[in-house]
Amino acid sequence: MEISIENVCKDYGERRVLDTISFSFGKSEIVALVGPNGSGKSTLIKTLAGVHKQTSGSISIDGTDIRKIDPIELARCVGYVPQHFTYTLYSTVFETVLLGRRQHIRWSVSDEELSRVQHSLDVLEMGQMAGSYMDQLSGGERQKVFIARALAQDPKLFLFDEPTSALDIRYQIEVMETMREITWERGAGMIIAVHDLNLAYRYADTVVVLHGGKMAGYGKPQEVLTPTCINKVYGVESFIVENEFGKFIVPFRAKAVI
Amino acid sequence: MPDSASPVSASDVSVHTLYKDGSARRIALITGLSLLVIATAVLSAGIGTVSITPQDTILAIGHSSAVTLQDFLHAYLPPIAAWYDAIPFTIPTPTNPQAELIVVGFRLPRIFLAILTGISLAVAGTVMQGLLRNPLVSPFTLGLSSAASFGAALAIVLGPGILVSYFLLSYDMWIVVFSFLFGWLSMILVYWISRSRGTTQSTLILAGVVIGYLFTAGVMALKYTTNNEKLRELMVWLMGGMWGASWNAVLLLIPLVIICFFLLERKAWDLNALSAGDDVAKNLGINVERLRLSGLMVSTFAASCCLAFTGIIGFVGLMGPHICRMIIGSDHRYLIPCAGLMGAAILLLSDTVARTIMSPVEIPVGIIMYAIGGIFFLFMIMRGKGRGLY
Repeated sequence: MEISIENVCKDYGERRVLDTISFSFGKSEIVALVGPNGSGKSTLIKTLAGVHKQTSGSISIDGTDIRKIDPIELARCVGYVPQHFTYTLYSTVFETVLLGRRQHIRWSVSDEELSRVQHSLDVLEMGQMAGSYMDQLSGGERQKVFIARALAQDPKLFLFDEPTSALDIRYQIEVMETMREITWERGAGMIIAVHDLNLAYRYADTVVVLHGGKMAGYGKPQEVLTPTCINKVYGVESFIVENEFGKFIVPFRAKAVI
Repeated sequence: MPDSASPVSASDVSVHTLYKDGSARRIALITGLSLLVIATAVLSAGIGTVSITPQDTILAIGHSSAVTLQDFLHAYLPPIAAWYDAIPFTIPTPTNPQAELIVVGFRLPRIFLAILTGISLAVAGTVMQGLLRNPLVSPFTLGLSSAASFGAALAIVLGPGILVSYFLLSYDMWIVVFSFLFGWLSMILVYWISRSRGTTQSTLILAGVVIGYLFTAGVMALKYTTNNEKLRELMVWLMGGMWGASWNAVLLLIPLVIICFFLLERKAWDLNALSAGDDVAKNLGINVERLRLSGLMVSTFAASCCLAFTGIIGFVGLMGPHICRMIIGSDHRYLIPCAGLMGAAILLLSDTVARTIMSPVEIPVGIIMYAIGGIFFLFMIMRGKGRGLY
């Protein structure tokens, strides 16, 4: 599996929000999108998910441009979890996860589809909540349900827009570990937009830094997420500490605005 | 927390069991509601200024149907008519000689109209709530009922013009077309408002109320300026009632409502997916804009067709879906038929009460719907506060 993004641009009216974005990655690879608010992370993820169409450039999966792929086929290839999600009252956890199988269901739901839903919930340790209503869950639990929905889609490419934003630190680590395992086990590619640079540092194979809609860095986390890059993109001074558990970024001071 | 649908949190319960239990409950509700509607229809056909026993009601319906079928076969399918005539079984005439005329001639068209209107308004409400992801929308709260009634009233005032003969439309069809055109106009306005930036769920309802007022003002203006003959008919559109019932109207509405129902039911899974948000639905391969426009158009058509004969009937499209959602959850495959049947039961019961409570004087069913619907709406607003209901 090979995802290739070439010179992708996206305009909202006259405003360019993505400017000549190009990178590629393969199976079992996690790409972290980092950058300040408004840098274009969500727009890039939505463009890859088929929610928006790019203004120019091309995105291809295994050499086929996604614009030429039938929307239903694309839905089977790409699983997406948005930053903000909605649900209806009186919908249960398993019904929400079952939506991930939408493109495999004509009318009635087969045992196989239900088994996939069960498996997705079990992977995220949500099996015991299958019958709970969505409005009974905490924010973090709801986020895990939406991640389970994407898992049930069984795609080649996962797209997560800040999947850990509503989670406490324990859930954050659990979810990232689970994602790491999923990419290895399923041979899927994954793009995650994250604000926490240490999560990107620890779990990503590749980091893409976006700044003002342009790529400000691309490569392995240790090579890209340097204090100089962080200072340039975020306007924050930081340093790297290293101990027996690895390297960690410690931001300590916002650059004075002149 | 929802009331009737018991949440299951036991760790041992598998998704398979939950799904099967849920399906069984949903099918049970559809069966129960179907029986309720049939039983209410038979009882309703028997009560009124002249009381008719349930046995006579059934005999009157059965005998009349058999005779009508026989006439039809003799007229159009003579070979089958001969075979049909040879069947020794006959349905006896009812003991009350007036039963057939009263039940089949007067009460059944009205009962059918109430059922069809209840189904179409509740189905339209369910679909609109799903499409706009707003639990407070319905044909009434979005102003569609008033707009469609205005269209029907305008068609009555203008009378069947040259277009009727040109397009070979019946007078009933002429009214339905006008009703739909104005209903659709109100939906276009609502759709445009819902797409505007910064529109909240409450804004949409307020906009719907304003649109409703504007079209109600239009009906009042027509009433004020028109001549006496048409005045009584126009009163119906304002208050909402089943006086417009006739076999012609019912036979026109039955296929229209059935077609609209199946068109909307086919979109049930897409409506389920839309509950996760536009972006997720798009990612799942659904053309959200097309779904929204086509869904609104079909549900508007279903509602407008019936409203053309009944006038403004409020809140059925809100109560039907919500009561069913509390019982069976929000899977649209089951919610659409359940809400339709619930709407039919509510409107038929209300119309029966409206017809008999002050017998021989009838009150418009619209008044009863305003009263119980208004209380229900208030209950929903109070209950939904802080629970993400709106």
